[in-house]
Amino acid sequence: MTGGALAGRRRSYAQRAFGAESALWRLDGVLLVAVIALSVIGTLLVWSSTRTWAPGSTGLLKKHLLNEGIGVFLCAAVAMMDHRAVRAYAPLVFLVSLIGLGLVLTPLGATINGSHSWILLGGGFAVQPSEFAKVGLVLITAMLLAQPVEGTDRPRGFDVMLALVAAGMSLALVMMQPDLGTALVLAAISASALVISGVRKRLIALLTLIGAAGVFSVFYFEMLEPYQLARFTAFLDPNVDPRGVGYNSTQSLIAIGSGQLFGKGLLGGGQTTGRFVPEQHTDFIFTVAGEEFGFLGAVTVVLLLGVVLLRGLKIARQCEDRFGTLVAGTIVCWFAFQTFVNVGMTIGIMPITGLPLPFVSYGGTATFANLIAVGLLQAIRVRRQSFE
Amino acid sequence: MNRTRTRLLVLQVLVLALLAALAVRLWQVQVVRGPELMNRATETRTRAVIVPAVRGQILDSSGRPLVRNKTALVVSVDRTGLIRMKDHGLSVLSKLSDVLSRPVAHLQKRITPCGPGVGKPCWTGSPYQPVPLDEKVDTREALQILERQEEFPGVSAEIHAVRQYPGGRAGAQMLGYLSPVTEAELEKRVGLKATFSGVDLAGRDGIEYVYDEELRGKAGLRRVQVDRMGKALGVEQQVEPVSGDHLVTSIDSRIQAVTEKALQNAMKSAPRADGGAAVVLDPKTGRVLALSSAPGYDPAVWAGGISERMYRHLLSEKSGKPLVSRAINGQFAPGSTFKVSSVAAMLRAGYPLNGKYSCPGSYMVGDRAFNNFRGIGLGTLSLHLALVKSCDTIFYRSAYEQYLRDGGRNPKKSVKEVFANTARGFGFGEPTGIDLPGESSGRIPDRRWKKDMWALTSGTNCKRASTGYPEVKDGARAAFLKRLAHENCTEGFVLRPGDSANFSIGQGDVLVTPLQLARAYAALVTDGKVRSPRIGWALVRPDGKVVRTVPVPVVGKLPITEKERLYIKNALSQVASDGTAAGAFSGFPMDKVRIGGKTGTAEVWGKQDTSWFASFAPTKNPRFVVVVMVSQGGMGSQTAAPAARAIYEGIFGIKRPAALPEGKPVSRLPRFTPDGMVIAE
Repeated sequence: MTGGALAGRRRSYAQRAFGAESALWRLDGVLLVAVIALSVIGTLLVWSSTRTWAPGSTGLLKKHLLNEGIGVFLCAAVAMMDHRAVRAYAPLVFLVSLIGLGLVLTPLGATINGSHSWILLGGGFAVQPSEFAKVGLVLITAMLLAQPVEGTDRPRGFDVMLALVAAGMSLALVMMQPDLGTALVLAAISASALVISGVRKRLIALLTLIGAAGVFSVFYFEMLEPYQLARFTAFLDPNVDPRGVGYNSTQSLIAIGSGQLFGKGLLGGGQTTGRFVPEQHTDFIFTVAGEEFGFLGAVTVVLLLGVVLLRGLKIARQCEDRFGTLVAGTIVCWFAFQTFVNVGMTIGIMPITGLPLPFVSYGGTATFANLIAVGLLQAIRVRRQSFE
Repeated sequence: MNRTRTRLLVLQVLVLALLAALAVRLWQVQVVRGPELMNRATETRTRAVIVPAVRGQILDSSGRPLVRNKTALVVSVDRTGLIRMKDHGLSVLSKLSDVLSRPVAHLQKRITPCGPGVGKPCWTGSPYQPVPLDEKVDTREALQILERQEEFPGVSAEIHAVRQYPGGRAGAQMLGYLSPVTEAELEKRVGLKATFSGVDLAGRDGIEYVYDEELRGKAGLRRVQVDRMGKALGVEQQVEPVSGDHLVTSIDSRIQAVTEKALQNAMKSAPRADGGAAVVLDPKTGRVLALSSAPGYDPAVWAGGISERMYRHLLSEKSGKPLVSRAINGQFAPGSTFKVSSVAAMLRAGYPLNGKYSCPGSYMVGDRAFNNFRGIGLGTLSLHLALVKSCDTIFYRSAYEQYLRDGGRNPKKSVKEVFANTARGFGFGEPTGIDLPGESSGRIPDRRWKKDMWALTSGTNCKRASTGYPEVKDGARAAFLKRLAHENCTEGFVLRPGDSANFSIGQGDVLVTPLQLARAYAALVTDGKVRSPRIGWALVRPDGKVVRTVPVPVVGKLPITEKERLYIKNALSQVASDGTAAGAFSGFPMDKVRIGGKTGTAEVWGKQDTSWFASFAPTKNPRFVVVVMVSQGGMGSQTAAPAARAIYEGIFGIKRPAALPEGKPVSRLPRFTPDGMVIAE
């Protein structure tokens, strides 16, 4: 049979996918399970927090499942790629993400929930280019900083400058929306890329100083919208204005605290049912976990995210090429930053910034971006040896 | 790559630290502060709606209602809901004013919480509770509101229990009234908020106040789960209300009605009368059978919030303060009815019971002549006849002699004050302790009282003694007042001879309440025990089970022997037939029911006399004590005694159907069926 002859020369797709030497067996199983668990928990919480929108509805459950499906497909596709090939496409991905960010600022952009970060696709679908910008920035900085100065493990000064320029461009576009939360994530991504790439401590100190000066001038020249400033200060003392800016902090603390040790059970959260915490299916989804699953459930979510982060770090350490290490390490920092800020704001130790909780919050583009990042981690893991 | 690996390790430590921080903080929020935040969650998530308990009825001794509940459709407005509207609910109120045909301004005033500068008809209850606007809505009006709920957001029409008074004005002051609990009271009752709410009414006076807790029952609580916008999602918790207990009183509504009528007629018969009271006691038990005070008012004015005009009217001097019960708060000189105490005091001082006493027309007390009534001498009398004929001089003399024995103007170190102390033994000078709030204590003006009074008033008196009364136009009167002020300034602390003489015949500074007099007579004509009268008899659960009976405490004993007591009682038994009240009781069938008693005519400076009659019947085995007092009613035999006669005629059925055909008070509690109905005997 011709098929047999073909099979002799090339392994079948089935064999390539599931055979003994298949990449499947080299995937990071723990990371996979943690991400799946988080996605399942997230799906349940999205259901619980949105089913009350209309009597008898399932809320955003179906739409979220669709998003997850697309995300899983993207994740798998990326995981199958060789990350060294991805490196070649990094400038293109970055450029596309910049265009996306730019489009948001044109009349094509739309405002949803007070932030002008969306491009409507019709049919009730919309994309948030700032989420893709995270992936774009991860790839471009890793690409630029992956090439060390001959004989050292430090990136070239010119590359560092280019990386800073790339970060500055996407940062500026995001700030024009304005989306402070995403801007902070982008800043964290490029900062962590620089640190991991091995730039001199002097440079890190200098950049930190510049950053501090930037933050200072933002406050000093009142560049922030008053509501942003109010949110920043409100977390320090939510009782200042519990009906106004302190409302979110107070209500999310009440919702989480009322879950106590064991929680009120899925769909059993009165605060969730009464929708006392705004944005409880997106930025404040952790309050639903806290209320309905209690301390045990909330800590489980934090632990699962911790597993993702630690596995990511392991992948970064084990990867033998700088690009892979940089991409993996930067992705971990991105997730870590978002996790800490998101969970921290719901329990009153961080200011309120509009950031979703990775893998758990509702949101199509964010889900895609997160799962693409996981796909990258898996791709790096699969091809961690420089030469197979 | 080494540097990169080191930095990745540092990063790992950082990530672990941040995760640990999150876990620690979660523990703090969910476990340490969990219970506290749980409570706050319940507070934000739910609205407690108070389901008022049905207030117990107040029944008479046969189970007839004195105060009952009728169900009424009540339209109430959720004030906080209205205020949140764009126009502060003005459009809703104006629509409501069409349905209820009341001006919008009035409705607005009704829902405004009372406060400084906000007078009646303001809302006295909690600002967070629905305000009842109209308690006399008919079904059609209520349906208009209920069927078009979308046009009347925040307005509800519900069936509530409203107090109803089958006896009309009868015993209004004794029964008391209800008004919505104020926010201050709510604050004070921390922890009781669930049982005491703004829609709840609180007893404000009378037995409604004293037995408030039992009558009130326990309000139910419905914890409604709401969402962020306040929309109700469902009921989270429901505690059914517990109806209040019924209060069975010893009041006999038929006697009460007769008493009210008699008092009304007495008031009408005396042209200057400005107030009156009548007390009917069961002397054997000390329970109150009827208690009325004139002028009266219709307690129905309280239902649904009283208007400011009506409230002022109830408190005004001009209308005679109908809110005040003169039976327990009216303090008047008792006149000759007080002589029972003075006879006892004479006996305590050693005057013989069977002695003969001269009753001249006038007796010199110190340097002043004190006259008998109309200055007529009655010859030599026994104490028996001294009471029957109401001789005054015998008492002047004995009181003055005792005054001198105590040292007169310069009292000895320890004074006996026989007359004052005996009066205290009769229960005068202190509240009787009846189950009504705010009772007056009367006054026994002894030497100590004089001193205390002087300490309080000497300042003004001494000033007036030197400045005089330039504002008084009548020169003679101004001079008199100045002399009086001078006298009071220099020797106001001294009990003067005239004071002691006046005291002995119940004149001057001595004051008693009608109830005090009634219980003194009750003790005198039965067993000599002074009791603290009670209106409440038993508290009965809605299912008919008796929760507790109200005992009548014995608080003292008359300071006389049994022989002396019977002697005085016998003397009083002749007053209505042969004594000062003979005229008032002429034609009364004494062979059927013999009435005993004592008239009193107390002079009040610048006013008409206070008319008193303290009495009991039947004289052999007294089952009723009736005391009637009419302020500015004239002579006791003219106004009070005929009123008492009318009461006896009603009780025993003379010339009309008898209120109590058996001639004695009801002695058994009414019986109830398990569903709370009274079993007719």
